[in-house]
Amino acid sequence: MTTIDLGLPGLAGVPTTTEAQKAKDFKTDQEVRWCPGCGDYAVLAAVQSFLPELGLKRENIVFISGIGCSSRFPYYMNTYGMHSIHGRAPAIATGLATSREDLSVWVVTGDGDALSIGGNHLIHTLRRNVNLKILLFNNRIYGLTKGQYSPTSEEGKVTKSTPMGSLDHPFNPVSLALGADATFVGRALDSDRKQLTEVLRAAAEHRGSALVEIYQNCPIFNDGAFDVLKDSEAKDERIIPLVHGQPIRFGSEGQHGVVRDPKTGSLRIAEVAEVGLDALVVHDATIEDPSYAFALSRLGSHDLDHTPVGVFRSVRRATYDDLARAQVNEAKQKPANLGSLLRGKDTWTVLAD
Amino acid sequence: MSIDVGRGTRPVEVRKVDRVVIRFAGDSGDGMQLTGDRFTSEAAAFGNDLATLPNFPAEIRAPQGTLPGVSSFQLHFADYDILTPGDRPDVLVAMNPAALKANIADLPPGGTLIVNTDEFTKRNLTKVGYQANPLEDESLSAYHVHQVAMATITRAALEPTGLSKKDAERAKNMFALGLLSWMYNRETEGTERFLREKFAKLPEIAEANILAFRTGWNYGETTESFAVTYEVAPAKLSPGTYRQITGNTALAYGVVAAGQCAKLPVFLGTYPITPASDILHELAKHKNFGVTTFQAEDEIAGIGAALGASFGGALGVTSTSGPGIALKSETIGLAVMTEMPLLVLDVQRGGPSTGLPTKTEQADLLQAMFGRNGEAPVPIVAPRSPADCFDAALEATRIALTYRTPVLLLSDGYIANGSEPWLIPDLDTLPDLSVEFATEPNATDGSGEFWPYLRDPETLARPWAVPGTPGLEHRIGGLEKADRTGNISYDPDNHDRMVRVRQAKIDGITVDDVEVDDPSGRARVLVLGWGSSFGPIGAACRRVRRLGMDIAHAHLRHLNPFPKNLGEVLARYDRVVVPEMNMGQLAMLIRAKYLVDAVSYTKVAGLPFKAEELQDVLVDFVKGLDA
Ligand code: SF4
Repeated sequence: MTTIDLGLPGLAGVPTTTEAQKAKDFKTDQEVRWCPGCGDYAVLAAVQSFLPELGLKRENIVFISGIGCSSRFPYYMNTYGMHSIHGRAPAIATGLATSREDLSVWVVTGDGDALSIGGNHLIHTLRRNVNLKILLFNNRIYGLTKGQYSPTSEEGKVTKSTPMGSLDHPFNPVSLALGADATFVGRALDSDRKQLTEVLRAAAEHRGSALVEIYQNCPIFNDGAFDVLKDSEAKDERIIPLVHGQPIRFGSEGQHGVVRDPKTGSLRIAEVAEVGLDALVVHDATIEDPSYAFALSRLGSHDLDHTPVGVFRSVRRATYDDLARAQVNEAKQKPANLGSLLRGKDTWTVLAD
Repeated sequence: MSIDVGRGTRPVEVRKVDRVVIRFAGDSGDGMQLTGDRFTSEAAAFGNDLATLPNFPAEIRAPQGTLPGVSSFQLHFADYDILTPGDRPDVLVAMNPAALKANIADLPPGGTLIVNTDEFTKRNLTKVGYQANPLEDESLSAYHVHQVAMATITRAALEPTGLSKKDAERAKNMFALGLLSWMYNRETEGTERFLREKFAKLPEIAEANILAFRTGWNYGETTESFAVTYEVAPAKLSPGTYRQITGNTALAYGVVAAGQCAKLPVFLGTYPITPASDILHELAKHKNFGVTTFQAEDEIAGIGAALGASFGGALGVTSTSGPGIALKSETIGLAVMTEMPLLVLDVQRGGPSTGLPTKTEQADLLQAMFGRNGEAPVPIVAPRSPADCFDAALEATRIALTYRTPVLLLSDGYIANGSEPWLIPDLDTLPDLSVEFATEPNATDGSGEFWPYLRDPETLARPWAVPGTPGLEHRIGGLEKADRTGNISYDPDNHDRMVRVRQAKIDGITVDDVEVDDPSGRARVLVLGWGSSFGPIGAACRRVRRLGMDIAHAHLRHLNPFPKNLGEVLARYDRVVVPEMNMGQLAMLIRAKYLVDAVSYTKVAGLPFKAEELQDVLVDFVKGLDA
């Protein structure tokens, strides 16, 4: 994967170390308590083994989570961390990231946490472009509360709370993030360590909000939700890897590709043999117009027939926290004289008799 | 009584009075708040003691000329120290029939009524249900009525400026201010300077307003019907330099000062809400003091961001009103559990639900005390007057930082918008609020680990280890923590211990003893109040004492924990009366904690108590005991 140089390092201001770090340095002594086979283990391992690459001082990394299975994540990371309340992690992380330029702040959340109870905070964080890396573990189910449908569950899903099938139309988290004007949106699979690590790396390098949707299997309440993307036969027909600067093509022989539909101006799947290689769209995550990335996010449907993975969008926009600090620093050019602030303009003096 | 012949074209009697209450009332579009504010500044500049009560509708522009659209501003100024904006006006300025109708009942017989006759049209009278024009029948005969065609005169005076008729008429509030300024012998320079600054970008509007202001002054000077002016001498307040200040401004300054005293950056995470938004507006102006203001997407995000900033080592602050506290309660609980400093400013308003957004109430006390799931004790501090908001903010910060806890500060709409003179503090007298962050591992078992829940034996506070500190990496959160190590713990005994420790920490907060005002030392009735009712209760007690009766007054700054001497104070009196602008919330707490038979006196009208009303109630109690 070609890295995208935006000239604004996501980690500028965060102190680095020359000491060699290993994945084990990021492990805590706390027993990991996810169910056996849970996809969260794979993501935790990927994050722990990827972080040493960044060479950041461990004490300057913070993981903040909400509530849900995935939100236990901070307890297992030997960094600073806060396991907060349901849906509010982006808000808490916004305050921390804004007041502390020297921290690399990560949010760990799930489909219920980020898209249901915390939907408001997520979209506002994305539009503000606060310098946070948001890992959204999407297992399409409520795990911690034992198996109710979530805002990413498919229509008609039968769960304990929906014995006759759910009535809700689900969110596509990538589309939602793009609609909220997110500057970085990526998607990865828990089972593909290499691809997940690439997206994490790109997210870390991005200055601003980076939303990474991670398809995560919940073997207890929604087992196999993403199996069609893992089965070696089926997956090539479904997974569309997005590689910056490369034509978008997929299939075991690369026989399918993505082209622009002249009628609608949107994107569609075509056979390379029919349209020719030159007709394929060359992926460019830095296109300002979000409709391109949005069209990518709509290539497949909720049943995962076509599923782009990789970095959909990575564009430059000033971050809220940088701007907020700049305002304070600019204001600090003025002297901060508490005495004259308290006195104000109009005073009068009472003399002792 | 003296005749001053030097000052104008005709002799005018100057009458010396010790106190005056003026109420300006008009349509919300008439600029009554600005008029009142300016008159207040003139009184302040003159050195009077003063107290103000703005009263305005929740709607930004309620239908013109209607009763719901009436906005008023009451100002009490005196040559001695006063405690309230006054029960009833001595002078009522009514800019239209609606203002007259809404306010006339408060004007005592013999009071002065100044009416803008231009608005008394058939249509405007009908709009508020006047069958006949009260200016033409006998219904106002109990008052000294001055009928002034304010709009007409202002328009005529402003004709040479070339301003449109409509714009010229809009300056009629400055005419009214000019007239009142003449009546009370006020300085005019400050108002003229103010108008020039306010309309710096529109100099023609500035000059038009100044002209209208002078026209009002000259009108008083030349019109025969105004035969008397009044003089209220400067008040003999304690020596020092004063300014006029509203509660919300004082609260915002208190937060700025708290950041300076603690040597911490301030982070305000908040969401606009009446009547607390001015705290955000004020703090947003003072970024040069290292203040960051974050207008969040909602109340929850506001407090969440503030807590996140606290985790990072800032002084996290959130400001709101009752409905916002309801939304923030889960995050306050998280701050209780994670034991982090956080300032929660609640400017109470009428409730429940949206209630009366622009009116005052004290009904969030029990919400502040108990409004969270689980056993989640939070210290509560309440300012007693507009200027006192400054000290209350510093005190709340002291508790938050020393004990690593969220603190609720309960102001209310009355003191938030009301103003009074403030003896500007000497910076050397401000408290040192500096904190020490943890820098070293602290485990007592020789493991070299950092235990985030190992407590200071004296305060029971846990260490504040901010991200970026090497070796102290740790995780906190809303799940129950094991004592000392801070690891997740579901152990029953540990939970029981932690619940008790969190309670003991709050119970053990050191607060000043409550003082009792009992001049004769013979009182048998104690009035116990809290928060903004200090003024009305204090004024009522003075009245009771003037009637020759004994009464004691104690006023609580700390509602949780209560001062250590409170139980003993309550036990000293035969009768404890607790007046509150709620249904008896403090009374309930007092009865539960001290087993005293406290009597509640309540009123929930959206307005502060009147001293007169409290006087009657208290007299009955005093007499009842003597009987
Ligand atoms: S319930 Fe599902 S998501 Fe939660 S820990 Fe178990 S397997 Fe993982």
